[in-house]
Amino acid sequence: MNRLLVCPPDYFAIEYEINPWMRRANIVDHDRAIAQWHGLMEVLEQKMGAKLERMRPVPGLPDLVFTANAGVVVERQAVVSRFRYPERQREEAHFEQWFRSAGYEVVTFDQEFFFEGAGDLLGFPGYWFGGYRQRSEVRAFSLLSEHFAREILPLELVDGRFYHLDTCLCPLSGGELLYYPPAFDSYGQNAVMERVDKDRRLVVPESEALKFACNAVCVGTHVALPEACPVTMHMLQERGYQVHPVPLDEFMKSGGSAKCLTLALD
Amino acid sequence: MTQAQETIVLRGHIIDSLILAKVLDLILMMGGSFDLEQVEIGRTREDQSHARIVVRAQTPATLNHILHAIQPHGAVVERDSDCAVQPAPADGVFPDEFYSTTHLPTEVRLNETWVDVEGVEMDLGIAVNMQHRTARTVPMADVRKGDLIVTGQAGVRVMPLQRPRERDVFAFMESKVSAERPHGHVIADIARRMRLLRDQHRAGGARSKVLLAGGPAIIHAGGRDALTWLIEEGFIQVLFCGNALAAHDMEADLYGTSLGYALTVGHAVPHGHAHHLRTINRIRAIGSIRTAVESGVIKSGIMATCIRAGVHVVMAGTIRDDGPLPGVITDSMQAQAAMREAIPGAGLALLVASTLHAVATGNLLPAAVPTVCVDINASVPTKLADRGSFQAVGLVMDAASFLGELSRHLGRDV
Repeated sequence: MNRLLVCPPDYFAIEYEINPWMRRANIVDHDRAIAQWHGLMEVLEQKMGAKLERMRPVPGLPDLVFTANAGVVVERQAVVSRFRYPERQREEAHFEQWFRSAGYEVVTFDQEFFFEGAGDLLGFPGYWFGGYRQRSEVRAFSLLSEHFAREILPLELVDGRFYHLDTCLCPLSGGELLYYPPAFDSYGQNAVMERVDKDRRLVVPESEALKFACNAVCVGTHVALPEACPVTMHMLQERGYQVHPVPLDEFMKSGGSAKCLTLALD
Repeated sequence: MTQAQETIVLRGHIIDSLILAKVLDLILMMGGSFDLEQVEIGRTREDQSHARIVVRAQTPATLNHILHAIQPHGAVVERDSDCAVQPAPADGVFPDEFYSTTHLPTEVRLNETWVDVEGVEMDLGIAVNMQHRTARTVPMADVRKGDLIVTGQAGVRVMPLQRPRERDVFAFMESKVSAERPHGHVIADIARRMRLLRDQHRAGGARSKVLLAGGPAIIHAGGRDALTWLIEEGFIQVLFCGNALAAHDMEADLYGTSLGYALTVGHAVPHGHAHHLRTINRIRAIGSIRTAVESGVIKSGIMATCIRAGVHVVMAGTIRDDGPLPGVITDSMQAQAAMREAIPGAGLALLVASTLHAVATGNLLPAAVPTVCVDINASVPTKLADRGSFQAVGLVMDAASFLGELSRHLGRDV
């Protein structure tokens, strides 16, 4: 789990509004975005020991930078996302092409449902969580679960600001779960509580959840997360994680942060 | 009576994720109800679970609202298929896999449309008319070679009964049979319903007829006057009985006895044992009960009042009948058909002091008809319930006391 797919932000911008964070009036400082992205890459590669696979950015696809939504990869198989919004559907072919060129077997299903990749599907080795309602459709998880013979517990996302599962939930390598409970309804919250022991549930406060503290990348005992989340950092450090805060506020203008900028490849 | 319903399927890791619980809660919160038809729980963590749920609502609009709300959680409306049909192989014979009916409201799907099955009754087949898109129940004996008969379970759906709005003894239609239960409030509820039905019947309302199936114990036990009064007052529209009830009723009119016992003094009168035979013989000589009443030979009692009040009487014979009286149908299949014909429009059935007529009538009644089974022997209402007439309220009491108390509740001054 230390090979990550990333895409440089050469064409990153806010050209449309498909989540509550996006405001076209909120202009991205391009140089700053590039610097922040490279800052994250440096942390991932040099401090966290991740190996990065860079895909080529494409003009006119500003969100291709958010590779978490390319799809989901299990061993040598890849399921490519089917985006809910037409604005991002144009990315699908590029992600698919990358998976094929990298030698992955691209899995397709007879039935098609919206599914936004690792942005909505993440978990522990034994089971996964699937976020639905905002972007992915719950029935996609039934197909994925059957195909990969893996348990997937669907969780309804009830707050539009946390529109992908990876914006409010982050499983960690030690079995802890970093998450923001109010992003889920009571059924989802109870399902998480039933599944994850109390001492492994790390509840992020609202102020830091809104800075996307949960949109963290965990590689081994290292965690990269957006800066200015002291409570989350402290919780992680207490559990023995080495924490790497990274300034990523240019990407927050688009509703994304560290995790959104990466896709775990194996 | 029937509600809107749709079967949905939910698949995935729906148990631990509480998705199933959420979907069921949503259905209830939105005013619907559900039946979990089938739940298969995955055996391992990786195995998915599967639930088949019938969702019901009072109106199609509410149902759509509910379906709309649960679909985002993975609920998929099961695509129903049309019902399968096969031609009857011979007169009086259903195809092997014929669908056997219940006494609950039933629909079959023909050309993608759900169609009500007419003539709801248990233990029959369903014949469909493809051209007119109609379906109705058909008894085994009545099926004709080539009739299209529904086979299998696909494309057939049975609606549960809606609870009646009235909060009376019928509100929880379930067969409770107990000799210990106080009868007073049950009889008061029956009376209240009969008064209501009489008003509805007089106003030409549908399903407003009261059907009484009775045995001769009504006469022996002293319930004749009360039943006569109920008929006179317009509380009963259909009477099912056998040879004996009619014979003893008219014996009482002609001789003052019932099976030879004087009804007023309570002992056998000389040669009284032949009174019922003489009565039957007399009516046979006259030709019909109607003529006997209209010519003034039979002046009073149950049969006379039935004739005068225009009550629909079906007399079904049995193997031990004397005579029988003219009008008694001795072919039991014909008798069954005649009873079946008299059932539509019934809003209440009283099965009093007759095992055979009670069970036969119970079999013919749709579950939607509230039914009261009164017998001194608890095994009769129990038998009725065991045979599937779960809507019957059982009263273990003597027929005369029942009819007496019922008529008092309805205003008879005794």
